[in-house]
Amino acid sequence: MSRDTIVLLGVNHKTTPLAIREKLALSAGYDEPLLALGQLEELREYYLLSTCNRVEILFTCQNVEQARTRVLEQLFAGTLSKEEFDQHIYQYLDGQAVEHLFLVAASLDSMIVGEAQILGQLKEAYRHASRNGCSGFVLNKLLHKSFSVAKRVRTETRIGASAVSISYAAVELARKIFGDLAGKKVMLVGAGEMAELAAEHLLGQGVTEVIVANRTLQRAINLARCFNGRAVSLEELLDQLQHVDIIISSTGAPDLILHKKDVRSVMRERRNRPLFFIDIAVPRDLDPAINELDNVYLYDIDDLHNVVEMNKSERDKEAVKAQRIIAEEKLKFGKWLLNMESTPTIIQLRTMVEELVRGEVEKTMGRLEGLSEHDQERTEKLVAAITGKMLYRPLHYLKNENHCISLPDRINTVRTLFQLDNGNHEQDAP
Amino acid sequence: MSFLLFQASVAVYLFSVAAYLVFFLTKKTTVRRIGRWIFFAAFLLHTVNIIFRYFEAGHTPITSHHETVSFFAWSLGCCYLSFRWRYTVKNLGTFVSILVMALMLVATFSSREILPLPPALQSWWLPVHASIALIADGFLALAAIGGIMYLLQEREIKTKRFGLFYSRLPSLEALDKLNHHCLSVGFPLLTLGLITGSIWAKQAWGAYWHWDPKETWSLVTWFLYAAAVHQRFTVGWRGRRVAILSIIGFLAVLFTLWGVSFLLKGVHTYVS
Repeated sequence: MSRDTIVLLGVNHKTTPLAIREKLALSAGYDEPLLALGQLEELREYYLLSTCNRVEILFTCQNVEQARTRVLEQLFAGTLSKEEFDQHIYQYLDGQAVEHLFLVAASLDSMIVGEAQILGQLKEAYRHASRNGCSGFVLNKLLHKSFSVAKRVRTETRIGASAVSISYAAVELARKIFGDLAGKKVMLVGAGEMAELAAEHLLGQGVTEVIVANRTLQRAINLARCFNGRAVSLEELLDQLQHVDIIISSTGAPDLILHKKDVRSVMRERRNRPLFFIDIAVPRDLDPAINELDNVYLYDIDDLHNVVEMNKSERDKEAVKAQRIIAEEKLKFGKWLLNMESTPTIIQLRTMVEELVRGEVEKTMGRLEGLSEHDQERTEKLVAAITGKMLYRPLHYLKNENHCISLPDRINTVRTLFQLDNGNHEQDAP
Repeated sequence: MSFLLFQASVAVYLFSVAAYLVFFLTKKTTVRRIGRWIFFAAFLLHTVNIIFRYFEAGHTPITSHHETVSFFAWSLGCCYLSFRWRYTVKNLGTFVSILVMALMLVATFSSREILPLPPALQSWWLPVHASIALIADGFLALAAIGGIMYLLQEREIKTKRFGLFYSRLPSLEALDKLNHHCLSVGFPLLTLGLITGSIWAKQAWGAYWHWDPKETWSLVTWFLYAAAVHQRFTVGWRGRRVAILSIIGFLAVLFTLWGVSFLLKGVHTYVS
């Protein structure tokens, strides 16, 4: 029995254009796709992450190729052709998968290196997986490790200190369009975490009013209360466009919610006062053609990347330091994984020896009647002590780094020597 | 004496252009402060030069080509400083100093001789009409510079490819405000220039309007700006369209200033 392989499949903003990511995004939440993955026998443990910049599936399995095909079929059937999958989806195994997960958690793989949102998103995704009982021994350990790696990177490097998030980039752009943001109004369409963050940034820059439009009005009202703003329903969107200046859209709607012709008619009524649309939803909410209108500026999440690129070099230096931390942690985890390979053997060996010793002790004890509770306790200790003493040398041989003999060979030796693979060992016991 | 002052101001303008360009490329604010002071010094020298020339010539020095272009450069500097005093527009100084420098070079290479004024032009309408018209041109030039900056900046924001200008130019709103300010001051002055010119023409030549090429082209320019102002203040045009109109209008101004004098002949030529 060999250890399961850790597999990571995914797309992110670096490998895949927005148009493709939109198709793969799990906009319906995690529970449904996790349930779907649960039907696959090939997977032992699995977990899903879907943010606006990435969709990633992490699982352990025996047969990688078969599992990969089944997973893609189960989750994304009918979205892309096989060639497109091969072209866009990256696949990492074992060590590489671990490293990638650490990079993501530490926000080194983010569109905006050092932004803190991703760790929250990762934790949220893990919460769903563990609540549904999808993650097991290996993934639990791996994900918890990734959280601590992220924390280590954050505290030991200054990567988060100058962290700029998408929202910050949006504020920068707004200032290039409007100059002073005092007196401007911002509208959030859809109430996502990222949109909230952007609104907070804008309020800090002197924006006077925040208006929240949401499908469920209650959520809009709650959010608006945080910003001392107003809530409106999604149907009032067009009317509101006359009064606001900056629109941040992040709904989970599958289709466009605003088209070029809608905005054109609004511009006439606005007497051409500029409008700035920020579309951070995946799939997109706003018609890309809106950007062609005069005095209207539309940026989607990929475009914001460029703004960020401009003041990135400082963070890149810290990123090198962070990479080192991740390489270190990857090595440590690799060792743990490797030791995992010997774990079944160790457990088996321990059980066997303990059973043998206990059998012999109990055989002798059977003749000595009337043992006090105290003496029984001492015999228990005796069993444990003999087992421990006996196992010390073979376990030491297994666990310790031995440069001459590889771990699989050592495992093999121990298994042969103690005849662990010969089925019922009790019959062979002398 | 005025000649020396002129040379000196050209040299100092050159330094300010250099300083502004260094600031434009390196974004070091200390360099900008230096550039600003040098520009101001050059402007003062230029002012003194014009005053000296007034006394040397015995009449307002806006008659020959050299004097007109030099006064145009001065009025542009004047408009810039007046605007600068109220609003800050990042890097406007760089663009303005280059245009001022270009005008000064044109003035340098045209004849600096002081010529006697024909009797028809000896009137106090000369300083009134000529200076109002040229100061109007100064504001309109500033509007055109703002327009160019607007188009450069807008293109980078629209195409989402950030190059040389994105970080160096001010916000679109600031540039649009500059256009608003310059049109709302420049256009009334232009109108006033036309009216004073017309009154002077009645006095000098006996009729309010001659359809001489310069007058015709001034009228064309006026209509262009009237259109821009109308669209801006009543229809609500702003941004790119007004920027383009301002640039076209300024091209008409330049044609009125030079094209008419050199290509078409009429009574309104410079003294030569």
